[in-house]
Amino acid sequence: MAILNVNPTRMELTRLKGKLATARRGHKLLKDKRDELMRRFLELVRENKELRAEVERSISAAAEHMAIAGASMPKYALDTALAMPKQGLSLEVETKNIMSVDIPVYSPKFKTAGEGDIYSYGYALTSCDLDAAVRALADVFPQMLRLAEVEKSCQMMAAEIERTRRRVNALEHVMIPNYADTIRYITMKLDENERSSTARLMKVKDMMLEQAHHYKS
Amino acid sequence: MYDIAVIGDRDSVGGFAALGMHVVPAESADEVRSALQRMAQGSFAVIYITEAAAAFAEDLIDKYRDEPLPAIIPIPGVRGNTGAGMRSVSRSVEKAVGSDILSK
Repeated sequence: MAILNVNPTRMELTRLKGKLATARRGHKLLKDKRDELMRRFLELVRENKELRAEVERSISAAAEHMAIAGASMPKYALDTALAMPKQGLSLEVETKNIMSVDIPVYSPKFKTAGEGDIYSYGYALTSCDLDAAVRALADVFPQMLRLAEVEKSCQMMAAEIERTRRRVNALEHVMIPNYADTIRYITMKLDENERSSTARLMKVKDMMLEQAHHYKS
Repeated sequence: MYDIAVIGDRDSVGGFAALGMHVVPAESADEVRSALQRMAQGSFAVIYITEAAAAFAEDLIDKYRDEPLPAIIPIPGVRGNTGAGMRSVSRSVEKAVGSDILSK
């Protein structure tokens, strides 16, 4: 029970009634937004988990090949083989709006289109395990990119859900009850004023009658 | 136009160079943190970081969680999977739902 610090006037009452109506409408809208966000989020987060498990498995497999490659050829040869990559990669980032959250959409741009351009070395001095490792990483790359997209979206949506939920709760448990209580308070105060002025008028009437005709009613 | 970066120990991240990603070898806590800070300020939209390296810079990664750019994604390194990546997904769920309802 909390009453806002306002003057109990008719003008204030009208203003507060308008505010209460707005708050109720906002509350309903925000609640719908929260529910829809939650539905989208749960869909996305399930995909995120599956994708992550898959990517982690594939990268670990590639790392195994890499470890064997590192063991079967000298370190300097491995370093030189990977020192000058032929392939270049850049990223175009667009955003997609889902329930007022701007989630990123990545599209990769490769410098050269050739399938074999990921092998930036001559085959004479390198082990075939290096080829396998690089191939495995190239294969998992689209999934890695999708994982980045999904994971970032999940993080941003989680933050937005938290914000929205806080707003819904603030409206539901603080703003709306406060407005309702204040409106009740002003209504009662105005009624009370009305009654007291009626009582005063009756009293004045009695006093005037007594003065004019010297009788008591 | 943005780039992709990979941060981690040399053995884990070397292979990504062949794909045209920007590879930043970093082993110690200081190296990881300064690399991550530099990358996050630069033109990198996605930063993959090995779980081992991510452990050194959790506060920095948290700072960029709610920002649109960059996306900092933990990946397993050569020394195996610590489960840190999955935990970060679970944390998102916890933040949104209030408790982790998807993992058991």
